[in-house]
Amino acid sequence: MKQRLPLLVFLALLAIGPSVLPEFYITLLNYIGLYAIVAIGLVLLTGVGGLTSFGQAAFVGLGAYTTAYLTTAHAVSPWLTLLIGLTVTAAVALILGFLTLRLSGHYLPLGTIAWGLSLYFLFGNLEFLGGHTGLTGIPVLGLFGFELHTGREFYYLIWLVLLGAVLATQNLLDSREGRAIRALKGGGLMAESMGVNTARTKIVIFLIAALFACVSGWLYAHLQRFVNPTPFGLHIGIEYLFMAVVGGAAHVWGALVGAGVITILKQWLQDLLPKLLGQSGNFEAIFFGILLVLVLQRARDGIWPWVVRLIPIKAAQRVVAEAEPLPHREMPALGTVLLEVKDACKRFGGLVANNNMSLTVKAGEVMALIGPNGAGKSTMFNCISGVDPVTSGEVRFIGERIDHLESREIARRGMGRTFQHVRLLPTMSVLENVAIGAHLRGSKGVLSASLRLERAEEARLLAEAKRQLERVGLGEHLFDEAGSLPLGQQRVLEIARALCADPCLLLLDEPAAGLRYLEKQALAELLRKLRGEGMGILLVEHDMDFVMGLADRVVVMEFGEKISEGLPEEVQKDPVVLEAYLGGVE
Amino acid sequence: MAAPILEVNDLCVSYGKVEALHHINLRVESGKIVTVIGPNGAGKTTMLSAIMGLLPSKGEIQFRGEVQRDIEVEHLVTMGMTLVPEKRELFGEMSVEDNLLLGAFQRYRHGDRDEGKTMDQVFGTFPRLKERRMQLAGTLSGGERQMLAVGRALMAKPKLLMLDEPSLGLAPLIVREIFHIIADLKQTGVAILLVEQNARAALQIADYGYVLETGSIALEGESRALADDPRVVETYLGLGGKKQ
Amino acid sequence: MDLQIALLLGQDGIVNGAIYALLALALVLVFAVTRVIYIPQGEFVAYGALTLAAFQAGKTPGTLWFLLGAGVLVAVIDTVIAVRAGALGRMKRIVLWNLAYPAVVAGLVLGLEPAKLPLVAQAALSLVIVVPLGPMIYRLAFQPLAEASVLVLLIVSVAVHTAMVGLGLLFFGAEGSRTTPFSEAQFTLGTLNVNGQTLWVIGSSIVLIIALYQFFGRTLYGKALRATAINRVGARLMGISTTMAGKLSFTLAAGIGAFSGILIAPITTVYYDTGFLVGLKGFVAAIIAGLVSYPLAAAGAILVGLLESFSSFWASAFKEVIVFTLIIPVLVWRSLTSHHVEEEE
Repeated sequence: MKQRLPLLVFLALLAIGPSVLPEFYITLLNYIGLYAIVAIGLVLLTGVGGLTSFGQAAFVGLGAYTTAYLTTAHAVSPWLTLLIGLTVTAAVALILGFLTLRLSGHYLPLGTIAWGLSLYFLFGNLEFLGGHTGLTGIPVLGLFGFELHTGREFYYLIWLVLLGAVLATQNLLDSREGRAIRALKGGGLMAESMGVNTARTKIVIFLIAALFACVSGWLYAHLQRFVNPTPFGLHIGIEYLFMAVVGGAAHVWGALVGAGVITILKQWLQDLLPKLLGQSGNFEAIFFGILLVLVLQRARDGIWPWVVRLIPIKAAQRVVAEAEPLPHREMPALGTVLLEVKDACKRFGGLVANNNMSLTVKAGEVMALIGPNGAGKSTMFNCISGVDPVTSGEVRFIGERIDHLESREIARRGMGRTFQHVRLLPTMSVLENVAIGAHLRGSKGVLSASLRLERAEEARLLAEAKRQLERVGLGEHLFDEAGSLPLGQQRVLEIARALCADPCLLLLDEPAAGLRYLEKQALAELLRKLRGEGMGILLVEHDMDFVMGLADRVVVMEFGEKISEGLPEEVQKDPVVLEAYLGGVE
Repeated sequence: MAAPILEVNDLCVSYGKVEALHHINLRVESGKIVTVIGPNGAGKTTMLSAIMGLLPSKGEIQFRGEVQRDIEVEHLVTMGMTLVPEKRELFGEMSVEDNLLLGAFQRYRHGDRDEGKTMDQVFGTFPRLKERRMQLAGTLSGGERQMLAVGRALMAKPKLLMLDEPSLGLAPLIVREIFHIIADLKQTGVAILLVEQNARAALQIADYGYVLETGSIALEGESRALADDPRVVETYLGLGGKKQ
Repeated sequence: MDLQIALLLGQDGIVNGAIYALLALALVLVFAVTRVIYIPQGEFVAYGALTLAAFQAGKTPGTLWFLLGAGVLVAVIDTVIAVRAGALGRMKRIVLWNLAYPAVVAGLVLGLEPAKLPLVAQAALSLVIVVPLGPMIYRLAFQPLAEASVLVLLIVSVAVHTAMVGLGLLFFGAEGSRTTPFSEAQFTLGTLNVNGQTLWVIGSSIVLIIALYQFFGRTLYGKALRATAINRVGARLMGISTTMAGKLSFTLAAGIGAFSGILIAPITTVYYDTGFLVGLKGFVAAIIAGLVSYPLAAAGAILVGLLESFSSFWASAFKEVIVFTLIIPVLVWRSLTSHHVEEEE
C-alpha cells in the first residue's frame, strides 16, 4: 500500500483538478494528456524498443481527420469513426513497418520523416479535407446520453484514456511479449536464437505507438471541434519525440513528465522569447533543440529518474509463485543422431573460416569441439544454430535439413545454445533474462498481456525460469540485475536460459570459462545429469581437464578444418593435436 | 637496469559492474621482447586495449617516462606506441598500399614525409606485401592479413610495438615466419609486448614473460625459467597435464 | 506537353538534381564517417544563400554573430577540458580557430562594406562565415556523443536542425531572398533556351564532385576519412582520431551545403526554412544509395530532380508528396534484397 501512495495522491489530485482549477489550466492539462498519450507510444518504440519515429504527428492527424471528415461529411457516429481511424492507422503503420523494419534501424525514422511530410502536404492540398483551412463543425462527443461540450467535461475522458494507456503499456512490458520487446535494444540476435521473431515484435510496437497517436488525434478532433493541417506537421512529430526523450524515454511515466514539461515550457517561452528578441516567430524551437542536445549529452535517461529519487517509489521484491510445470518435449531415444553436419563450409570474403567440417551428435552424449583460438569453432556454432548460415554443405537436425532456416525456427525444433561472448540484457533481472528462453513455450500475445489475461501462463513461465536457475545454482540471484553477476555466472545464466526452452540438443560455447574449480565441478555434474536424461550436448571449451573428464567424443579443429576425431584419450595422444595446441618454433 | 619504456602500475579495468582486470603491474624495457601468455578469457586483449587507451581504466600507465593522464589513442600513436590488434582491423576495401600509407598517418601529420622509404623497408621485411600492393586488403589470406597488420604498424616507426595474438588462426609455417620476423624486429631497437596463447613459441623469442590468469598476473619471470616452470605447463598448457 | 516544355522541365530537373547530388554526397560522407544522419545539412544551404543575400542587401548577416558565439562557446569548453587534462599546449589551436578566426572574419565583414564587393568576394565571404559552423556544431553537439547509437545521434541531429531553423528565422526573418545570378548570359541550344546560371550550377557541381573524388582517392587525409568510415577502431590505432575525422567531414559537408545554397540562390527564392526540404531531397537520393554508394547517390539525385520538376508540371500541389513517396519503392527494393538480423550497438 505504501508504495502505491504517490500514485494515489497523484490520481486524487487529477480527480479534483477540474473542480478547482481555472479554465486555462484545464486546457493546458487536456493538451498535456493528449500529448502524453502519443509520447507513451514513443516510450515503447524509442526508449524500450530502440526504434524511433518522427511521424507520430501524422498518425495523430490520421485519427483526427478520419473522424472530422466522416462525422461532418457523412454524419457517421464518432465511436464508429474511432474504429475506422484505428483501422486506417493500422494499415498505414503495417505498410510502413514492413517496408522499413527489415532494414537497418535508421530506415524507419527516415521513412517516417517522408511519411510525416507527405501526409501533411496531402492534408493541406486535398479539396475534400478543406485544404489549409481545414474542417469545422465536428460534432460533440456523446457518452451514454451525456455530451462532452466543455474542456472541463472532456478532461476526464482524456485522462482516463491516458491512464488506461499507461496501465496497458506497463502490463505489456511486464510479460512474455514485453521481455521480447525489451530484448530488441541490444539483444536482437540473442532473442532470435530464443525463438523471438524480432521483425514481428518491432512491427507490433510500431503499430501500438501509431494506434495510441490515432486515439489522441480522435480525442483532439472532438475536443477542438475543428481540424487543420498545422498540428500534424513534421515539426510537431519531432516535438513528440522531444517529450519522450526529455521526460525519460525508458519509462512509461516519463512520457507524462515530458509532455507536461515541454507543453508548459512552450507556453511560457512563446510569451517570453518574442518579447526578449523583439520579433515574432517560434523561437522556442531554438531552446528545445539545445535542451534536447544537452539532455542527450548529460542525462540520457531524461527527467523521470530524478523524479523517482524525489518521491519514494520502490519496486517490491517479487516472489515467484509456484505454478504447474510447463509440458515437456518428447525426447528422442538415446543414441538417435540429433545433429549431423556434412561438408560444411563457411567463407567470409577471402577467408575460409570452416572447410569441409563434418560431425555428429547423438542423444545422450557429450561431444566436445576443441581447437586453438581462431580455429573456427564459434563460426561452426553459428552455422549450426542458424545465426550465420553455412556457405555450402548440409546441416541436419533430427533428420531434417536446417541449414537455411532462421535461428528462431531452429530453436523451435529443440536446439538451445549459449554464446561465446555473453549475450544478455544487463539491466534486466536474472529471472527475466532466463524467462526469455521460455519464449516459445508460451503463446499469449500482446493484447492479453496488456489486459493481464495471461497471468496463469506467465506464472508457469517464471516458475520454469526459477526452476532452471535453481538447477544451475543461481537460485540466490533471481532478482539481481544480470549485469551485476561475475562473468562466469553470466555464462551459467545463459545455460539456464537455454534449458528454459526445453531443448533436446544443447550447444554450449565455453561454458566453464571464468568459473572457479568447484563451480566447474558443479557444472560438469549438471551436464552429466542432462546427458543421463537423454540430451545431446555439443561443447566448445578450452579447459582441457573439463573437456576430457566430461566428453564422450572429441573433434579437434584447426584452421577451420577437422584435424582429429575420437575418444578423449585417443585425441590427447594424437601428435597432430599436440602440435596444434602447444605450437612451437624450431 | 635499463629504464622501462612502458610501466603499468595497479591497472584495473571494469566492464560495467564486473572487474575484468585486477591490479596489473608490468614493465617493458627498451629493445626487449616481453610476452604476456595465458589461457583464453584471461584478459590479455583487455589489458592491451586499456594500455592503448581504447578502454577506460584505473591505475597508472607510464610511457617513455611520461605518466599518461586521460590517455588518448592518437596521442600514444604519436608518441610511438602501436597496437596490432587481435582482429587485425585492416581497411578491407582499400589497397594494401593505402593500408600501409595510413599507418604513417600520424607521422605525416607531424611533417615526416618519408613514408615512401619506410614502405620500402616494410616491403623488405614482407616481400609478399609488395607483390600484392594493389590488391584490396579484404581479399588477402589470413597470413597475409597478419603481415599487413604488422607492416602497417611498422609504418608508424614505433618505439613500442604491441602484438595481440599474432599467431591466431594461422598455419604453423606462417606462425613460424611471423615469429622469426618479430624476433628480427628486436634488432632494430623497438620494444615488443607480445600477447600470445601459443606459449611455447612466445616464450622462445621473449626475454621476459608474464602469465595472466582470470584477470591477474599469476606468474612472472625470465622466459626461459617460465618455459620450464611446471605450473605453467599444468595450469596453462592444460593438455597433457594432470587429469582428474 | 510538347518537346519544348519537356526540355525545359528536364533542364530544371537536372539543375535541381545537381544540387541534390552534392547534398547526397555530403550526407553519405557524414554518415559513413560519423554515423550521424545529418538532417541539418539543409540548413547550411539556407545559411549560405541567405548570408550572401544579406551581403547584397547591405546588411550584416546574423550568421556572423552565430560564428562568434559558437566560437566562444567551443573555446570555453575546450579550455576547461585542456586545463583539467593539464594539456595547455592545445590552447594555441583553441584560441586561433575559435576566437581569432571569427574575430578576423567579423573585422572583414564590418570593415569592408561587402555590398560593394564583387560577387565572387561576397560568395567567398559567405563561405568563410558559414563553413566553420560545421565543425563547431560537430564539436558542440556530436563530439561528446561520438560513441552513442545511430538512433541517439539521429535524435541529436533532428534537435540541431530544429535549433538551426529557429536561429535562421531569428537571423534572416521570415521573408525569402534571391541573389543576383553569377551570369546573365543566355544561350540557345536548338529550340532550348539555357541561361548562364544553369551552366554555372551544373558546371560547379561536376567540378566539385571531381574534386571530392580526387580528395578521397589521392590525398592522405581523404584516405584517412575513408579508413574511418571502413573501420573506426583500425583508424584510431593509426592515430586518425574520430574527432578529427568528424570535424573534417562536417567541414566538407558545411562547405558543400553552403556552396549549394550560393548556387541556387539566384534561381529560386530561399527562405529560412527552405533548406530542410532541399536537404531531405538529398536524403531521398542518399537512401536510394543505401547511404553508402557515392555514384548511386548522385544518380538518385538526378532522378529526384527530374521527378520533382515533371510532377510540378502535372500536379504541382502534390509535388512534395510524389517526391517523398518515391522512397517507398526504393525501400521495398532494399528490403527485398537484404536478409539479416540487425544487431544494434
